[in-house]
Amino acid sequence: MKKLRRKVYMTAGYNTVSLGTGRKEFNPRKPRPGVEHYIKEAGQGVLQQIGGAKNVDESVIGNFMAGRFNKQGHLDGFIPMIDKGLSMKPAVRVEGACASGGLSLVTGIRQVLAETSEVVLSLGFEVQNTVKAIYGADILALAGWFKNRKKGHAYFFPGQFSDRAGAYYEKYGYERTRKGMARWYANAIENARLDPTAQEYHNTNPDPYATALKMQPNGKFFVDHLTVLDCSKVSDAASGITICSEEGLKRIGIDKKDAVEVVGFGHAVRDITSDPTDLTELETIKFAAHQALENAGITIDQVGTVETHDCFSIAGILAVEALGLAAKGEGADYVAASKTSRTGEMPINTTGGLIGWGHPTGGTGVHQAVTIWQQLTGKAGDAQINISNDRPYGLTINMGGDDVTVTSIVFKRGE
Amino acid sequence: MTYNERLENVAVLGAAGKMGSGILLLTAVHMADLSLQNKDKTYVLYAIDVSDKALTGLMEYLRVQVRKLAEKKTVWLREMYADREDLIENFDIIDEYIMDVLKIVRPVTAVEAAYNSNIVFEAVNENRALKVKLFTQIKQHASKDVWFFTNTSSVPIHLIDEEALLGGKVIGFHFYNPPAVQRLVELIKTDNTQQEVVDFAYEYAKNLKKIVVPSNDFAGFIGNGHFMRDGLHGISEAQKLATEKSIPLYQAIYMINKVTQEYLIRPMGIFQLMDYVGIDVMQFILNVMNPFVNDEELHSDLLDTMMEQGVKGGQYSSGAQKDGFLKYEKGKPVAVWDIDKKEYVPFDTFKADADAMLGVLPDSATPWKATLKMKNKEEVFNKFYSDLKSTNTLGADIALRYGKRSKAIGEKLVADNVAHNADDVNTVMLTGFFHAYGPINNYFE
Ligand SMILES: NC(=O)c1ccc[n+]([C@@H]2O[C@H](COP(=O)([O-])OP(=O)(O)OC[C@H]3O[C@@H](n4cnc5c(N)ncnc54)[C@H](O)[C@@H]3O)[C@@H](O)[C@H]2O)c1
Repeated sequence: MKKLRRKVYMTAGYNTVSLGTGRKEFNPRKPRPGVEHYIKEAGQGVLQQIGGAKNVDESVIGNFMAGRFNKQGHLDGFIPMIDKGLSMKPAVRVEGACASGGLSLVTGIRQVLAETSEVVLSLGFEVQNTVKAIYGADILALAGWFKNRKKGHAYFFPGQFSDRAGAYYEKYGYERTRKGMARWYANAIENARLDPTAQEYHNTNPDPYATALKMQPNGKFFVDHLTVLDCSKVSDAASGITICSEEGLKRIGIDKKDAVEVVGFGHAVRDITSDPTDLTELETIKFAAHQALENAGITIDQVGTVETHDCFSIAGILAVEALGLAAKGEGADYVAASKTSRTGEMPINTTGGLIGWGHPTGGTGVHQAVTIWQQLTGKAGDAQINISNDRPYGLTINMGGDDVTVTSIVFKRGE
Repeated sequence: MTYNERLENVAVLGAAGKMGSGILLLTAVHMADLSLQNKDKTYVLYAIDVSDKALTGLMEYLRVQVRKLAEKKTVWLREMYADREDLIENFDIIDEYIMDVLKIVRPVTAVEAAYNSNIVFEAVNENRALKVKLFTQIKQHASKDVWFFTNTSSVPIHLIDEEALLGGKVIGFHFYNPPAVQRLVELIKTDNTQQEVVDFAYEYAKNLKKIVVPSNDFAGFIGNGHFMRDGLHGISEAQKLATEKSIPLYQAIYMINKVTQEYLIRPMGIFQLMDYVGIDVMQFILNVMNPFVNDEELHSDLLDTMMEQGVKGGQYSSGAQKDGFLKYEKGKPVAVWDIDKKEYVPFDTFKADADAMLGVLPDSATPWKATLKMKNKEEVFNKFYSDLKSTNTLGADIALRYGKRSKAIGEKLVADNVAHNADDVNTVMLTGFFHAYGPINNYFE
């Protein structure tokens, strides 16, 4: 990918609460806010920080499957509902399964690069608690190739990643892998407890590591190689952020120091109709993340924090390997040694990631950018980690389907 | 005839009732599962009841309940429908399964439908003459060697056998309410019950994942044998308390209810339980049982009075509790019936006095719910009851007497040969009545 032809920034991020099991206010039997609420809350949350809708040139909204979770299509039509000032302006909905949020970001970046816009409102959301998990599994399965659905597991995606975990156990050993996965879960919970919008914010388990380590995968109740703690939960949430040029920053009156600069990004897609060549490797993530680093002209050791797509703990471990933080087969040990914890060598998913913060599928990519923006600009509150000058970069990886669509972005605080 | 063949044609009598609907659900699902594994066979389940309206409601109940069950076994269902190219998503598969279960069920009001059945499950009203009449009719017209599974709570099975001329092809298969949830089944064979019927009953219970406790054929069997006497004890304790302390009977009822729940660590107090079962049902069962016992009088004037005053308890078809001894708001008791004034007296008006009379519970008391997941229950109960013994309060006195009486009832069931052993009595009270500990214990000595 070519060097970016002009500077692109992100700022004024906003997250709604990630609602679902675990949150005290969640009651599956009571009516809950719908699509409109989430789009509005996240949209207005951003607009308030940038001087209102008049400053926005166009909008992008990422969502995976509102058509089935909420029986609602035509989502760009909801953008002017956020604020009248967005009426009669361009808006577009993008979809790439769980990478829809990432697509919302890279679409916005391209709009700024194309100079058709100076300020883009980028949103991502999903409202998934509308159906029971067994039916939600059907809907999420649409992130795979439908021709594979029949032979897949009732819980299709957990089934896919269970196969990956099983292959990893077999190749590199069950015990050591489970240790890494349990640590992954514990990190997610501990980080989520520091972010009031996180789904696991109210989690009080005194020893999440022990809980996760004790729980054994059991194919009779779920899938063969994963427990429920290895999986992200079902979430309702939206996130929003502003993507803009230098001129855009001026227009909205935000200082560069309060923004992050997009210094490079990667975006790649693998053939959905073909099986992964190696179950123990996430090749598209590897490709896109390296593309992003190359595009930014940096190496992984200059990165101070990562937000990666841990829809399943095994995906987190494989991403560690794809990034080159650990060699193949050693990702689990790397995580088990707490190197990805918030005080470790490479803090990953510092507000909980998909397992801890939540996984509103179409919103996740945008949420990741919000977290990186918060961390690099010192706005992460209790979840703030230390970003050192020699490793000032943040990196996101957002994945759709089983390593099919991946966006990866490298950020640095504006200066 | 094999187990599967026998299940190819089944009838449930009283299918739209409280028990019948649950039995129908479980049986329909079991038959549908067999049909998925034996696709060339046709399975038929007649849901027979006198009320068309209730049968319509039954079909709606089935549709909702089968969906819930299907959602829990979707992995297995996906295997069963693996050859069906058209069924891809869980949505498709669950819908198909619901249809496959409903397809088996024939709701009808004509008892003649049962003439071709191999098995008849019976859950009509607790009326011996009605049961005998229906069985006689079916037996006379049966085209097959039909077996009868009766859900009677109190009628001795051998009497049904003799009166309906069933030749030992009958067994008591006593589900607990609600059958789809409660795991306990009391199995009552007579001296005459054919072994193949017994064998089938065990296999069927196992496939339904039920816990079977064999009971001998004495009116009331184990569960009601204990509960009825336990309830009568509660009534007499309340009457005694009212006289001795010169307090209104309604207040004494409140107090005994409280003691039996909080001091005995039960899911509900004894008067609430009588309301739950239904005062009418209780009186009815007592009337059926009483002629069969010689050494005690299973009867209560208070129950007669309640019936005369039209206060009966029991449940609405929605499952909500009807008012009985106690009045309920959102399922919780809030007032108690005064037989003199014929009205409910709110707890608030006397609760403080009544609670003060009972005294304070020892600190080691645990609510029933908290004991559910406890691993060291025995230790906790030992501590609590030993503390209770050293507490000199009215509540402790009543509780200790109650615990001893409950144990004596259990032991008598064994002595009278209703239950084979103490474990069986305890299993029934633990699983059928959700007691935290069995009545035959050493906590109250
Ligand atoms: N309710 C309980 O807690 C419980 C527990 C265990 C056993 N039982 C026993 O189960 C049986 C049924 O009790 P229930 O509580 O379900 O009663 P119910 O009144 O809810 O149901 C009885 C059903 O039988 C139907 N019926 C009446 N006459 C009929 C006839 N001639 N042909 C077909 N159907 C007829 C009624 O319409 C009704 O739907 C009784 O023998 C009872 O003792 C009840």
